[in-house]
Amino acid sequence: MNLTGLFLIRKEELNLRSLLFTLGGVFLALAYPFVFRKPFPQDLLIKVLLFAFLGNAWNILGGLAGQVSLGHAMFFGLGAYTSTLLFLNFGVSPWVGLVAGAFLAGVVSIILGYPSFKLKGHYFAMITIAFGEVFHILFRNVDAVGGASGLFLPILDESFGNFYFGVNKIPYLYIILSFYLLSTLTIFLLDRSKVGFYLRAINSEEDAARSLGVNSALYKSVAMFFSALFTAMGGTFYAQYVTFIDPPSVYHLMLSIQIVLIVILGGVGTLFGPLVGAAVLIPLSEFTRIYLGGTGRGYDLIIYGLLIIVFAVYQPTGLMGLIRRRK
Amino acid sequence: MNPDLMQAITSGLLLGFIYSLVAVGLTLIWGVMDIVNFAHGDFLMLGMYTSYVLYTFFGIDPLFSIPVAGALLFVVGVVTYRTIIRRILDGPMLIQIFSTFGLMIFLRYVIFAVFKPDYRSIQKTLLSGTFRIFGVYVGIPELVAAAGALVTTGIIFWIMNYTKTGAAITATAENREAAQLMGIDPDRIFSLSWGIGGAAAGIAGALLANFFYIFPEVGGVFGLTAFVVVCLGGFGSIHGAFVAGILVGLVESLGGYVAPPEYKHIFVYSIFIFVLLVRPRGLFGVT
Repeated sequence: MNLTGLFLIRKEELNLRSLLFTLGGVFLALAYPFVFRKPFPQDLLIKVLLFAFLGNAWNILGGLAGQVSLGHAMFFGLGAYTSTLLFLNFGVSPWVGLVAGAFLAGVVSIILGYPSFKLKGHYFAMITIAFGEVFHILFRNVDAVGGASGLFLPILDESFGNFYFGVNKIPYLYIILSFYLLSTLTIFLLDRSKVGFYLRAINSEEDAARSLGVNSALYKSVAMFFSALFTAMGGTFYAQYVTFIDPPSVYHLMLSIQIVLIVILGGVGTLFGPLVGAAVLIPLSEFTRIYLGGTGRGYDLIIYGLLIIVFAVYQPTGLMGLIRRRK
Repeated sequence: MNPDLMQAITSGLLLGFIYSLVAVGLTLIWGVMDIVNFAHGDFLMLGMYTSYVLYTFFGIDPLFSIPVAGALLFVVGVVTYRTIIRRILDGPMLIQIFSTFGLMIFLRYVIFAVFKPDYRSIQKTLLSGTFRIFGVYVGIPELVAAAGALVTTGIIFWIMNYTKTGAAITATAENREAAQLMGIDPDRIFSLSWGIGGAAAGIAGALLANFFYIFPEVGGVFGLTAFVVVCLGGFGSIHGAFVAGILVGLVESLGGYVAPPEYKHIFVYSIFIFVLLVRPRGLFGVT
């Protein structure tokens, strides 16, 4: 069982059929809100796409470069807080805030990542937990950024420029869909580029790659930068969509874990794994919450835990592994 | 000396002994088989709830629950190894990390569903009360817990260094194949390590139950702190974990003394980050 050293999407899968499938999927997503007109199913697809997007972002660092980060909530939180604080304090458009937050997260990821990249395996994972927790504690206690009570976004005119559409979920759906497609295209191109080859080499045999002159810290930083950038965009989207953020919702370790879980469930280092993982996990957790009456009871998390164990033990290549094996 | 400072040092020391015991269990598993048990803090949480249940439903004082919690978590450790860990031993690192993460989430939220998220505590135990010495208040439960943790850590240290079983564990940690050639069954040793590791966490939990709040997510903070201790002490080093546990207890307590207490964990995580980046083998680790 080897999870590394493969293209995210294999050569034999690059054909007209895959392209048609993809276009068909995009069309279905565009048509979805006109078929399902209630808020609940629309909200569900928005969440699925948001987490598929976050999974994609994580996959750049975790799947391509093989660096397991358990602190991605810090980039999500940075994105959410940057755009929200810029808007609340200076009236800056959330779209500018989105770019600023993404850039800030990218820079922070390099500052924290560069010295940490010499750590291997568990050790890298653990230092990212520590970074994430430090961010969580800071944002919970500094009153200038809202502290433990969090930040509310005021109600604005519903317009694209304001990144605010009130109860109309369709624009949010289309925005997160385009984010998701953008990240998928980026990964596809990155995977086929020279950088992608270097990252795959680092992933499967770092010492060998370095001995052949691959600057591993540089390419890992590139992967981390894009990974953090996209994750922060997801944070800004979340803030604009939910219009309330606080440290437990955007900086929690469980959020970092949930992102990775979606990728593992779908299949690490596969192009559509995060989408498959999110499409299974998000509805599962929403429905257990509704039908087991479990709001605040944690039943959905019990199922999460069991799923992780079962997948780790019996199906470590994820759902994509199952799909591929059947072919 | 400033009495507040003295108080902070005393509390830090007492807490540090508990941290040592929790970390010894974690470092043992880590050192023997290079697996990180992310559910370790939740083993501790199970130890606390064992005391809570025995006290609430059977009126047993938490002092006498300590061996029960130790035995129960020994079994939990062995079962974890046999059902999960054995199957992912040769798997990719991400899967190894996530299997114990899954266990962590599972245990935490099963307890959450059964006992609700409420903070609970055990009142009126045999060990209630405080006394004052040199101007410093010392809680009797805290003192007994620290002493119990010290004794348990000592027993594990003795097993590891002065018994044949300990020698077998050390041998397996150093070279699995060579140990196997000497007639040591690695599977049995791994199983045993998980048992001892679990028991250490369970006993620490039962000791804490005498004075600490009991809630489903209590394992989170203790688990993360145990990682810091293991890392500072050197991965796999039992005496390293012992010394580092006391240091981390002091840092946390003094951090809460020099800065607002909300920030005390930042000091702990900062040491963690610093040690990982500057001296990844920790204080007593071997390269």
